[in-house]
Amino acid sequence: MSKGASVLFDVPGPRARARNTMLTVVMSLVFAAIFALLVWRLYDKGQFEEKLWTPFTEWKVWRGLLLPGLLNTLKAAALATVLALLFGAVFGLARLSDHWWIRIPAGAVVEFFRGIPLLILIFLAFFVPNKISPEIAESPLGQAQRLSVDYFFSIFGVESNAGVVTVPAFAAVVFGLTMYNGSVLAEVVRAGVLSIPKGQSEAAYSVGLRKNGVMRLVLLPQAVTVMMPAIVSQIVVLLKDTALGFIIAYGEFLQAGFKQVPANYHNNVLQAGIVVAIIYIAINMSLSRVATWLEARSRRSRKTSAKTLKAGGPPPVAGVGVTQQSI
Amino acid sequence: MFDFGPFFDNIGEILDGFWATIRLAAAAAVLSLIIGTILASFRVSPVPVLRAFGTSYVNIVRNTPLTLVLLMCSLGLNDILALKFSDNSSTTYYWWAVLGLSAYTGAFVCETLRAGINTVPLGQAEAARSIGLTFFQSLRMIILPQAFRSIIAPMGSVLIAMIKNTTVAAAASYAEVALVTKTIVDKPSFASGVIPLFLGVAVGFLILTLPTGYFFGWLAKRMAVAR
Repeated sequence: MSKGASVLFDVPGPRARARNTMLTVVMSLVFAAIFALLVWRLYDKGQFEEKLWTPFTEWKVWRGLLLPGLLNTLKAAALATVLALLFGAVFGLARLSDHWWIRIPAGAVVEFFRGIPLLILIFLAFFVPNKISPEIAESPLGQAQRLSVDYFFSIFGVESNAGVVTVPAFAAVVFGLTMYNGSVLAEVVRAGVLSIPKGQSEAAYSVGLRKNGVMRLVLLPQAVTVMMPAIVSQIVVLLKDTALGFIIAYGEFLQAGFKQVPANYHNNVLQAGIVVAIIYIAINMSLSRVATWLEARSRRSRKTSAKTLKAGGPPPVAGVGVTQQSI
Repeated sequence: MFDFGPFFDNIGEILDGFWATIRLAAAAAVLSLIIGTILASFRVSPVPVLRAFGTSYVNIVRNTPLTLVLLMCSLGLNDILALKFSDNSSTTYYWWAVLGLSAYTGAFVCETLRAGINTVPLGQAEAARSIGLTFFQSLRMIILPQAFRSIIAPMGSVLIAMIKNTTVAAAASYAEVALVTKTIVDKPSFASGVIPLFLGVAVGFLILTLPTGYFFGWLAKRMAVAR
């Protein structure tokens, strides 16, 4: 319960107690009625048949479908987290650069990738290279394309076959997640560094450090403590968004649990959805716990002189500005 | 490669897709604000049942992927439980997409609003109580109006995230712009012009999101509560 809740009402007197009891009874009845209607509907449509639920108790299903799916989800999330952190660090610091020719392009990239939907980014990586690569292969850039695919993008499973580049769903998902979450993290990094009081960098300059030293030795170490909760909660978002791989048929957890299982076991879509949801909720809630714990720890911490960035809440968007997010 | 011809051949479909996106976003914006406000008042209410309901709703919905929420609505509730809004399949999928997206966004609206309620000074609530207002009166007339004004900027972020999330409705058989893009790319006749297509879609989304962001930023400054 939040602190705000307790200031809104006093310790109830007799009339308020009676009113609260009445509300409790009424609302419990309403919730129970909705629940009962749902259960009745499920029963009516034969959704409680045993064969629809038993697949989830079989080891075969877990080993063959669910666990490989979960592994694929975690694989994509882990790789995308690492790459997004790199992207975020580079672009976040680039936006703080003193040189306009670094600051402005970096800002444009970050705003662009934050402004368009993640699914469109995934589609972009999935469909575009395949369509445009034959044309590039014919052009003077063909050699560069071949070399970059063979020696770099092949790490992510990208293949080049007679000039046609095929991006696997895994690489497309990782690309989308990296670009979007990297841009959000770039803003987190920028906000983190900006949140350090000005006296810190002034003091650092006055003892004779250069720009590089001020950033590396004074601002960043403090900013990391401040940013940790926001970074972890962005990782929760990233993990949740791997589910978009479903749409381009990447074999992640949702695809395995919500498409493969129902396809093989009597179309038990609802049951599969419930099981899959419970597992997602368990994973994400434990990660969120970590974010909350980090937030509490960083609030107590004396290693930093700035206020902790909030863990929860939406990422700040273009035009709204990071500094106004201080609620 | 940068031939805009094929893009303009399909401009009608793309604009229809964007119109579908806007219709979905507008309906979901209204409904998610309503759901979020109700949930937030549940979460701060003196009735434990309501508080428990609000908390578990937010925790469940916020930690489920939106793709799963929308698929459960379209495949589970609509197809299997046959809870249909209408016999016309595109209408019923539209309303399920609106409902799923609002249910999901509502959880975020609720959390934002609750953060706003926490910014209202203690004295306001105490003064409201001391002149004899009940909980719901003080919430409606004192707390919420001030809370809303202090969370305009973050609420803008929630709404923009929601506009971008409309693309996920592509998974739930709703023909918005992401699904239209995919259909166009899959056409055999659409051999070239994929870059202009994605540029067009990206610019379309930037047109939807950037002004919304600047509008909320402006509104937040204008409506800020001076304390």
